[in-house]
Amino acid sequence: MSKSIHDMGWDELVLGAAVHSFKEEIDYNPSQVLPENRDYAETNSKYKYVGDWRVFKPVWNTDLCIHCQFCWLYCPDTSILSREKKMIGFDYDHCKGCGICQEVCPTNPKSIIMFTEQTEEEEALNQWPEKKGSK
Amino acid sequence: MSGNKEIKNLKAFSTAAERFEGSHVLCPGCAHSIIVREILNATNDNMVVSASTGCLEVCTAIYPHTSWDTSWIHIGFENSSTAIAGAEAMNKALRNKGRIPADEPEPKFVAFGGDGATYDIGFQWISGCFERGHNMMYVCLDNEVYANTGGQRSSSTPIGASATTSPAGSTSYGEKRNKKDMLQIMAAHGAPYVAQVAPNKWKDMAKKIQKGFDAEGPVYINAMSACTTEWKFDPADTITVSDLATDSLVFPLYEIIDGTELNITYRPKNIVAVRDYLAAQPRFKHLFTPKYEYLIDEWQKRVDAQWEYLQRREEARV
Repeated sequence: MSKSIHDMGWDELVLGAAVHSFKEEIDYNPSQVLPENRDYAETNSKYKYVGDWRVFKPVWNTDLCIHCQFCWLYCPDTSILSREKKMIGFDYDHCKGCGICQEVCPTNPKSIIMFTEQTEEEEALNQWPEKKGSK
Repeated sequence: MSGNKEIKNLKAFSTAAERFEGSHVLCPGCAHSIIVREILNATNDNMVVSASTGCLEVCTAIYPHTSWDTSWIHIGFENSSTAIAGAEAMNKALRNKGRIPADEPEPKFVAFGGDGATYDIGFQWISGCFERGHNMMYVCLDNEVYANTGGQRSSSTPIGASATTSPAGSTSYGEKRNKKDMLQIMAAHGAPYVAQVAPNKWKDMAKKIQKGFDAEGPVYINAMSACTTEWKFDPADTITVSDLATDSLVFPLYEIIDGTELNITYRPKNIVAVRDYLAAQPRFKHLFTPKYEYLIDEWQKRVDAQWEYLQRREEARV
């Protein structure tokens, strides 16, 4: 077919469709290659954007983070980026703002707090809550 | 040769190269993708994955996009198990004929299905696969309701839950029948490994998944998947509710090896009352009225009896 799949209607598709995750046939096992080194096809959902689902966005306080990786583990949207056992930031294209990362963060005060989407990062860091006392 | 990762701690686990991409359209806070990520990250082997119709399938494969960096197939509602069994049989046949070289590493065959596809619609197909003894893993993402189509009851829905086809109101307390005990049914097939897992107990889960991958033959995994939309709790509370489910023993974590050897793998330090688990989910909010309150005591008795049964079976080794 000559038309690009993006221009086709659902009724023009052939029965049984294949969508490729990678540009060409790959000769490596993806579990051995970090995402930044993979050759993704444009049909990979990685290139879609769901950031506009968000009402609250997570903001990360690097000073408080102990890199426990609980947020990485429990993120449903693969949006906590971790490399070499350290958290390195959020993937705001894929984050839907569910707030699980804030909920599972064990530090006191939390290292990840949800702010409204419009809040600037600096503004958010300035209004970070104080440590809660044990009394 | 097994490609299972050595997972000493969470930091080591977090070095995994993810094979499940973002921008799938599962609800914010959905436990399905947490479970899928934990399973895919537990092994380094190539994977062949199938999915039944359900939340996971419709949300991760919105044409023309895919969220899977593994081979993935979807056919119908009922047959993710048979699709993967066919792929497994083909792999075996091609290897016997020498068309797949012997030094090519064996992939892992995993089928995903929701509780609707597992407990109701695909039951006969799964049973067939287990009877034929394919070398595969079937993972049921158990959220106790047909969440994809608007929250109809399935045979996994527990007593008292309000679902759209078993709504609670002035004359009914919601679902009337108890949940099917799928784990015991699958264990009765003589499967080499059957286990219940929960995403919040990640280490226990990774261990069970790796055990399942190492087992020869069909493996059944029942994964508790808290559903923010149909259990009606706040998306941020997915892990909190999961913790309540495992600590109240509503979802006891155990495994059954070769259909007989039962091991309880998680014993909560402080057992939470079932009342607290129910209170966290508005789908049970009608139980907290004087009219239906007796159901909460019945729940507690049922859970206690189940826990007693599991402990006695673990001791007896039968």
